[in-house]
Amino acid sequence: MSFLNSITTYQINISASTHNLSEVRDFITGHAESCGFEGEQIADIRLAVDEAVTNIIKHAYQNDTSKEIDITLKISDSQLCILLIDTGKTFEFKTYEPPDIKKQIEQKKRGGMGVYLIQSLMDSVSYTRKGQKNRMKMCKNRA
Amino acid sequence: MKNFSINHRTRSGYSVIDLHGELDAHTASQLEDALKDLINQKKCNIIVNCAELEYIASAGLGVFMAYIEDVRADGGDIKLTNMSDKVYNVFDLLGFPALYDILKDESDAIDNFNS
Repeated sequence: MSFLNSITTYQINISASTHNLSEVRDFITGHAESCGFEGEQIADIRLAVDEAVTNIIKHAYQNDTSKEIDITLKISDSQLCILLIDTGKTFEFKTYEPPDIKKQIEQKKRGGMGVYLIQSLMDSVSYTRKGQKNRMKMCKNRA
Repeated sequence: MKNFSINHRTRSGYSVIDLHGELDAHTASQLEDALKDLINQKKCNIIVNCAELEYIASAGLGVFMAYIEDVRADGGDIKLTNMSDKVYNVFDLLGFPALYDILKDESDAIDNFNS
């Protein structure tokens, strides 16, 4: 009997275009399903990753589609983690704070919702810069 | 890329937009164009039927945020109907139910406009 926690790793690399968001969602959903994650948890993970990749495309790369994003998915007995790596600008990753939607509507501002959603939907999130690379790691524990 | 499409129709004098598929940062511009068209035509009593909307990301919600003031300034409103629990959860997480009418179906939206 083994006490080692087995980890399965999947990777894709995409160009920084919103055109590829559905491919990312399908990648996450397919592997999470095949590893036993279910309905609401998958919906949470899928949305969090979509928001994170959208932020990288829009803010780190400012819609430069020649740039790339590396996406690594690690699934263990206890959790699912996604690591997103880009080489763009570091963007502000504020602490957990719900956006004031009413105020944003009045000021005709939109955005700022993605980070809040990511932090609400995932169990842990970190965002660091190492050398020229930004690394966002987010994990969801099994229910 | 997943399909996203929008259908326009009129019911009882109100403009209805049917959303189909996945609304994300890529497809949000289609919704934006559809709402802009209606506002330019001064059709500001708008019902957005989400029965066939499978997924929404914050970019989709951002479109509703961008135009609600214009529509209300013209005496109209954007009322959202027929949301699945999955889609409603995203609106709920961001506090939209306090700011937008999210109703069970189109009949409720029409009653709400008429009241």
